[in-house]
Amino acid sequence: MGLKLQQSQHQHHSVAVKVNEQTGTKRGYTFIQANRAWLPKFLLLWVMVMAFLSTWIYKKMDADIKVRRKEVLSSMCDERARMLQDQFSVSVNHVHALAILISTFHYYKNPSAIDQETFAEYTARTAFERPLLSGVAYAERVVHSERGEFEKQHGWTIKTMQREPSPVRDEYAPVILSQETVSYIESLDMMSGEEDRENILRARATGKAVLTSPFRLLGSHHLGVVLTFPVYKSKLPTRPTVEERIEATAGYLGGAFDVESLVENLLGQLAGKQAILVNVYDITNSSDHLIMYGHQNQDGDLALLYESKLDFGDPFRKHTMICRYQQKAPTSWTALTTAFLFFVICLLVGYILYGAAIHIVKVEDDFHEMQELKVRAEAADVAKSQFLATVSHEIRTPMNGILGMLALLLDTDLSSTQRDYAQTAQVCGKALIALINEVLDRAKIEAGKLEMETVPFDLRSILDDVLSLFSEKSRNKGVELAVFVSDKVPEMVMGDPGRFRQIITNLVGNSVKFTERGHIFVKVHLAENTKPVVDAKVETCLNGGSDGGVPISDAHQFKTLSGYEAADERNGWDSFKHLVSYEESRYDASINMTVPGETSQSVTLMVSVEDTGIGIPLIAQDRVFMPFMQADSSTSRNYGGTGIGLSITKCLVELMGGHISFVSRPQVGSTFTFTADFGRCKKASFNDTKKSNTEDLPSSFRGLKAIVVDRKPVRAAVTRYHLKRLGMLAEVAGSVKIAASACGKNGSSCGSKIQPDIILVEKDLWLSVEDGGLSLRMLDWKQNGHAFKLPKMVLLATNITNVELEKAKAAGFVDTVIMKPMRASMVAACLQQVLGIGNKKQAGKDVQNGSLRSLLCGKKILVVDDNMVNRRVAAGALKKFGAAVECAESGKVALKLLQIPHSFDACFMDIQMPEMDGFEATRQIRMMESQANEQMNGGGIDKGFTRKGEWHVPILAMTADVIHATYDECLKCGMDGYVSKPFEEENLYQAVTKFFKV
Amino acid sequence: MDVVNQLQRQFLDYSASLHREGFLDDQFTQLQKLQDENSPDFVVEVASLFFEDCEKLINNMARALEQQGVDFKQVDASVHQLKGSSSSIGAMRVKNVCIAFRSFCEAQNREGCLRCLQQVTHEYSLLKNKLQTLFRLEQQILAAGGSVPAIE
Repeated sequence: MGLKLQQSQHQHHSVAVKVNEQTGTKRGYTFIQANRAWLPKFLLLWVMVMAFLSTWIYKKMDADIKVRRKEVLSSMCDERARMLQDQFSVSVNHVHALAILISTFHYYKNPSAIDQETFAEYTARTAFERPLLSGVAYAERVVHSERGEFEKQHGWTIKTMQREPSPVRDEYAPVILSQETVSYIESLDMMSGEEDRENILRARATGKAVLTSPFRLLGSHHLGVVLTFPVYKSKLPTRPTVEERIEATAGYLGGAFDVESLVENLLGQLAGKQAILVNVYDITNSSDHLIMYGHQNQDGDLALLYESKLDFGDPFRKHTMICRYQQKAPTSWTALTTAFLFFVICLLVGYILYGAAIHIVKVEDDFHEMQELKVRAEAADVAKSQFLATVSHEIRTPMNGILGMLALLLDTDLSSTQRDYAQTAQVCGKALIALINEVLDRAKIEAGKLEMETVPFDLRSILDDVLSLFSEKSRNKGVELAVFVSDKVPEMVMGDPGRFRQIITNLVGNSVKFTERGHIFVKVHLAENTKPVVDAKVETCLNGGSDGGVPISDAHQFKTLSGYEAADERNGWDSFKHLVSYEESRYDASINMTVPGETSQSVTLMVSVEDTGIGIPLIAQDRVFMPFMQADSSTSRNYGGTGIGLSITKCLVELMGGHISFVSRPQVGSTFTFTADFGRCKKASFNDTKKSNTEDLPSSFRGLKAIVVDRKPVRAAVTRYHLKRLGMLAEVAGSVKIAASACGKNGSSCGSKIQPDIILVEKDLWLSVEDGGLSLRMLDWKQNGHAFKLPKMVLLATNITNVELEKAKAAGFVDTVIMKPMRASMVAACLQQVLGIGNKKQAGKDVQNGSLRSLLCGKKILVVDDNMVNRRVAAGALKKFGAAVECAESGKVALKLLQIPHSFDACFMDIQMPEMDGFEATRQIRMMESQANEQMNGGGIDKGFTRKGEWHVPILAMTADVIHATYDECLKCGMDGYVSKPFEEENLYQAVTKFFKV
Repeated sequence: MDVVNQLQRQFLDYSASLHREGFLDDQFTQLQKLQDENSPDFVVEVASLFFEDCEKLINNMARALEQQGVDFKQVDASVHQLKGSSSSIGAMRVKNVCIAFRSFCEAQNREGCLRCLQQVTHEYSLLKNKLQTLFRLEQQILAAGGSVPAIE
C-alpha cells in the first residue's frame, strides 16, 4: 500500500514537472526569440536599405552641388557677357561720336576742318576711349561719276583691297581718313571687300552701327569684326526711308574690333579666369556658328554649358557667349563621405542591434536551459528525498525484525560470549535504526511531510529525561551536566514533546560527544525575558577568533557552571544573575502570581545548550547546519556520527517557529541557542494530561528549608532550581563556614524562621575545606548536639570515587551523595531516603519499571486477526505474559464481542482483514463507545454502571509493515497505537505501558 | 539416559539443520519458547493449524488458477493469508515463495502463479514432513522421559 502511495505521488510529481515545463515554454518566448531564424535576414535587409538610403543621400547632395555649380557658372557667364557688351557699346558710342564729328567738321564746314593729319592725331589721342578698336578709318562714298574728280583731288587712285587700282563700279568707298594704326588702308576701296561692302550697304540702309561676321583681321591675325557706321551729309528727316538714307550717305566710319584680345583683356580683369572657358560665337547664321573667341576643340567639362546672349547693338547680327568649366566637376567628397559615414554608422547600428538580438536569444536559450535544469534538479531533489524515505522505510522494516529477534535472543540462555555478540549486534542495530530514523526525518522534512503535534507536555520532565539519558556518559567523562528552567516558563506547554526531546537530545548529545571537561548546561527562558540582557551584551565578541587569548588555567576561574570558560559570555553569571534575581523578586511576590503574559496564547522559549568542548573550527562554522557536514573528516573518525543531526535540529526548530544559532570558539566551547514557540496550556486540559506524561514529583518536601553551599553561583542557581521544583526553600552560602555559622546563629537565636533541614555541599568545595579542619568543626558542631533536629548533610558530586565516598561517610560528614546531573525526581528520591519521608509513590514506580508480565498479568485482551495461525501465535505470546486472551477471526466478531458492557482491557487488531478491516472495525467500535458514553452521561449514573469514566478500550493495530502513513491512519480512525507483527517485547511494552498504568 | 541424550542431540541437530536449510527461522524458535507447562502442545497445535490453513489455501488457489478468467485478487488474498501464517510460524521458505507469488499475482502472470503454486505445495509438503519428524522426535524424547532441549 505504501508503495502504491509513493507511486501515485511520483506520478503527481512528474505531472507537476510537466506542467512546469509547459508554463516555462509558454512564458519564455519573446518576439526576438520567435523570429530568431529571421535575424540574419533582418540584418541583410537593414544593410540593403541603408545602402540604398546612403546612395540616395549621395545623389541628392551631388545634385545640389551640381545645381549650385550651374548657378555659379551662369552668374559668371552672365557677368562676362554683360561686361563685354558694356565695353562694346561704349566703343560703339565713341565711333558714333566720331561719325558725328566727321559729319560736322568734314561736311558742314567748308572747307573741311578735318584732314588726314587732324583725324590721325585726334583719333590717336582719343584711342583710350576705344580700347577695343584697333583703329578707325573713314571712307567716303564716291559714285563712279565722281571718281575722276575725287582721284584728282586726292592725288591717288582708288585701290581695291588687293592694292590694285579699282575696277569700274557704281560706287566706291575709298578710305580718306584713317588712324595711324591702320594707315595702311588709306585709299583702299572698302566696297571691294565682300564683308565690308555688305556692311556698308546695311549700315547706310539702317543708319546704325553694323558688324561684320568675324574674320581674321589684316595686320594682326586675331579674329575680329569690323564695325561700320554711316555718316550722312545732311540732316535726315525724323523718319527717313531707306532711299533717303542712301541718298544722304556721305561716307562710312569703320573700326576693327579685335574681339580676341578684347575678350582676353576682359577676362583677365575678372577672377576665376582659370575656372571657366569662354567662347563667343556669331550665330547670325544659325546653322553655322562662327567662332569669335576661344578654341573650338577645347577640353573641358562638356557636360555643363551656359549660354548668354550678347547684344552688340547690331540687330542683324546675333552673338552668344558660351561658358563652361575648364575642369570636369570634381567628385564631391563631402557628399561621398557623408553618405559613406551614414552608411557605416547605420551598418554599425544594425550590427549592434543584431548582436544584441543574438545575445538576447542566447541568454534566453540559456535561461530556458537553466530553468529546465532547475526543474530537473528540483525533481531530483524530491526524488532523492522520496528515495531516502522509501529506502530508509524499507530498511526499517527488516531492522525492526532484527532488533526484535535480537531482544528475544538475549532473553534466552546464552553463553557469555554469545551474549556479548548478541548485545553488540543489538547496539549496532539500534544505532542503525537511529541513523535511519534521522535520515527518514531529514527526508520527511525536505519533502515537507513532517507535521508537528500539539499536545500539552511538561518541558521540565522532558529535559530531566534527556539529561538522565546522558548522565552516565557525562559522569564517566567527569563533565558536569545541568539544566535550568526559568520559573517564568509555564509548567505545561502545548507543542510536540517528541520533537522537542529530539532537538534537546541532538544538541546535548553533540555536546556530550565533544566535551571532555567542564560542563554542559541547558537553560530555558522566556525569549522576551532574556532580550534586554542579550542586547546589553551584543558587543562582546561573538564567534570570535580569540581562541587561546584567554588562558585556561585554574588561577582564572570563569563564572560559569563549572568554572571553565564558555564560548558565549552571555551565559556567564553576570547575565545569568539578572534572570535569577528577576525571578527572585517575582517569586517573592508570588502569592498573587498571575503571570502577565499568561493571557497570550503562545509563549516563546529560548533554550541554550552550552558546553566547554572542543568547539567548532572557524572555517566549519558556516556549514554546521548543512546535512552530512562535519567539521572535517577527522571528526567522524574521532567522534563518529553522520553530521545529519544538526541539520535536522535546525529544521525542527524552524518548524517550531523558532530560530537556531550558535556561538563557538575553538578549544573553548560552543553554545547553541534556539527559540521555539509553544502554546500555553489551558487549565482545563491540564489535569487530564498531566498524569500521562509527567512524572509526579512528591509534594512531601514542600516548605522544607535547605542551604546550598557552593562557591559557583551558576551551579548554585541550578541546584536551587531543582530544590524549588520540589517546593523547598533554598539559600545559597559561599562556603561551609558561612553555612555553619548561619546554622549556629540560627540555632542559638532559637526558633528562627530559617532553620535548615538540609545542607547541600558541592563536592569540590568539601574537598577544598576538608583539610582545613572545617569539616571537623562542623562535625563537632554536629556532635555536640543541639536539642532540635540536625540538618542533614548531602554531598553533590558529578563523579565520586569509592574511596572518596567512603572517606566522606566515615567522616560522618554526609548522609548521602546526590550524583549529578540532578533531576528533580532523583533529588526527591535521595532526599526521601535521607529524611525518611514516606515514599508511597516510589513503590509505585518500581512496579512501573517491572516487566511486561506485571503489566499484562490478569488483563483480558481481545486479539482480532483473520489468520488463524497469526491469531494463535499472538494469543500464545500474550498468554505468556499472563494475559487472558480471547480471539476473534474478523472485525465483525470483534464488534460483537466489544458490545458494551464488556470486560476487555485492550484489543489487538489486525489491519488487513477481509470483509471489515481493522480501521473500519475500530471506527465502529469508537462510534459505539461514544454513543454509550453519551447515554451514560445523559441517563445518569443511576443506571448502575460499575465502571466510572468513559468507555474507551485501547485498540492497538497489529501490522507487519510499520509505515508511518499506516500509523497516521491508525491514529486517525481512533486507534491508540500499533505493535509490529510478530510481537517484539520492547515494542509491545512501549505500546502497552501507555494504557496499563498501575 | 543414553537414549534420551542421543535423542536430544538428534533433535538439536535436526532442528539446527532445519534452520540452516532455511525451512524455519527464528520465529519458530520464538514459538517454541512460548510453549510452557500451561500450553504443552502449543507448537504442535499452531503447526497443525498452519497445515490446515495451508491446505485450504492451496486448494483455494489451485481452484482459482484453474478457472478460465483467473481472479487474481482472490489468489492474492489467499497468498497474503498464507504469507501471514507462514511468517507467524517461521516457515521461511514458504514465506519466500509467497513473496514471489504475490509479485506474480500483481503482474497477473498466470504462468508464474502456477509455478509458484507448485513450489508452495512442494515446500509445504517438505516442511510438513520435516516438522512431523521433528515432532516425532520430541514425542520420543518425552516418551523416554527426557525434556525437549531449548534451541538456541
